[in-house]
Amino acid sequence: MTTRIAVITAGITEPSSTRLLADRLAEATVRALGGPSAASVDVIDVRDIAHDVTNHVLTGFASPELQERLDLVAEADALIVSSPIYTASYSGLFKMLIDVLPKDSLRDKPVLLGATGGTARHSLAIDHALRPLFAYLGALVSPVAVFAASEDWGSTEAGRLGERIERAGGAFARLLTGAPAPKQVDPFENVTPFEALLADVTGAA
Amino acid sequence: MPLSRLSGIRVLLVRTGMRQGGSAFDKLNRQQSRDLGHDMQFGIFTVGDVTTDPTTGHTPTEQERIKATVAIAQKAEEVGLDVFATGEHHNPPFAAPGNPPVLLAHLAAVTKRLILSTSTTLITTNDPVRLAEDYAYLQHLADGRVDLMMGRGNTGPVYPWFGKDIREGIPLAIENYALLHRLWREDNVDWQGRFRTPLQGFTSTPRPLDGVPPFVWHGSIRSPEIAEQAAYYGDGFFSNHIFWPASHTRQMVALYRRRFEHYGHGSADQAIVGLGGQAFIRPNSQDAIREFRPYFDKAPVYGHGPSLEEFMRQTPLLVGSPQQVIEATLGYREYVGDYQRQLWLMDHAGLPLKTVLEQLDILGSEVVPVLRKEFAALKPARVPDAPTHQSLVAAAGGSRDATVYTDADDVTGASPEESRAARATTPEGSLR
Repeated sequence: MTTRIAVITAGITEPSSTRLLADRLAEATVRALGGPSAASVDVIDVRDIAHDVTNHVLTGFASPELQERLDLVAEADALIVSSPIYTASYSGLFKMLIDVLPKDSLRDKPVLLGATGGTARHSLAIDHALRPLFAYLGALVSPVAVFAASEDWGSTEAGRLGERIERAGGAFARLLTGAPAPKQVDPFENVTPFEALLADVTGAA
Repeated sequence: MPLSRLSGIRVLLVRTGMRQGGSAFDKLNRQQSRDLGHDMQFGIFTVGDVTTDPTTGHTPTEQERIKATVAIAQKAEEVGLDVFATGEHHNPPFAAPGNPPVLLAHLAAVTKRLILSTSTTLITTNDPVRLAEDYAYLQHLADGRVDLMMGRGNTGPVYPWFGKDIREGIPLAIENYALLHRLWREDNVDWQGRFRTPLQGFTSTPRPLDGVPPFVWHGSIRSPEIAEQAAYYGDGFFSNHIFWPASHTRQMVALYRRRFEHYGHGSADQAIVGLGGQAFIRPNSQDAIREFRPYFDKAPVYGHGPSLEEFMRQTPLLVGSPQQVIEATLGYREYVGDYQRQLWLMDHAGLPLKTVLEQLDILGSEVVPVLRKEFAALKPARVPDAPTHQSLVAAAGGSRDATVYTDADDVTGASPEESRAARATTPEGSLR
């Protein structure tokens, strides 16, 4: 059975690092689920429907273009969200889209959280803003989320963004499939060879 | 012991179903024969909003708005429409009556054949006993030219003003209507529920005219429970069909029709359906759009949101020529089936009275006559006509005097305490 993944991305610029994070989270999840034959991905870019979302808030109903996207979210088996952090929280447009989702459409739905920001000092916005929002909506929020600060895109020092994305995608896929977590590596049984430790430090091959 | 002391007993020895000479129905039948044989009813409904005219800055006073409403209803009759329905409101910016029978009783006196209705009567915050009494009284004054549409109302603060809770909206609508339905059909009602004082041996007066309660429509935009309620009782279902996409209407009407058949009132296509609509009409469609746009752009419901063009595409709002309005309206039956009543909202968003009256002239002279003919030609014979008091009386087997005759009551007789004492000490009292 194909897992239907909906992705909500609320980046505004083109290209957008928020969209890039969303795409990479989706790729990592699909990979962990077993590749493109195991999952399909539909991306909802809030920018495309910003006016329709505003109109929905004002009039109480969705335009056909917006309705199509709301249906994608409601019918998906899993949801990945990615929002920029503005003034210490998710963006207003992102919240407006969440506000017009049909009632209970996220209840019991597995959700993977992602957020971007100008500085790593906003990284807890995932836990103090996004996580309570999705807890309120009754979603099954994956414990492993990814915050990508500007510097993460050009550096390996902030914990290797690529690895964090892979780990988040893997954990999310296990949440979706119910697969057990991989065995913990015993550092006394499987010791890291010293050449590898040296290469990590010096960057040598 | 004087007879009056026994009044508490006599109230219960009522003569029900008593026939009196000179049928009121015969008289009505002669007076209002024009109403018979209308396949479909056309009319207008209003919410009584007091809105500033964005083109002049003029805001009508409450009295201007109220008198305009009367003029609009009279005009509706003059141009040949069948129905006028008023909203019920308890808060500004509305000048619709808090109790619609106040307005409708006046309209009954200044019109001859217009059916007077509501859009809507709040079944949630009103005491069903008062509804039973007031609408039955109105029925008598208006010689049967009355029906009503039940709605829940969607303004949060209104509920607590009447001691109710909006979160109980559906249970209130269900319980209150169950009581209202009985009060109109049973002379003596014993009743207990969650939301009001229990009743013992209660007779709602006056009894419905000719023993036939007013026809009831149930209005709802998206609550399946209300479509289910209408179907259960075999009442009409009205979809407001404005401000929201037609998909809501399609879904609700389909549910109502399916359940109407389930409850054995007839086949699905025989269910009684009414639709709202909203139109602004000028001979030339470009003129209609140019004139209506400033009202649309500032309107309380949709103003400052989607463009007029988007809103026309996404909802049943019609702004255009008579021919465009005719074609679009005929198209409604493609998604609701053959239906019985079409009402339009014509007087909102600050449109001045003069414009509204012109609109009614166009509606009555160029749109409705064509729709009457076209809809009648399309409707299969098995689909019932729109219900009227006369058709309901005929279906009930003819008119009857439903008056509950009693000798006296506790007010003109003894005190309730004395009546109870008398009851306990007389042989008749033991009959209870």
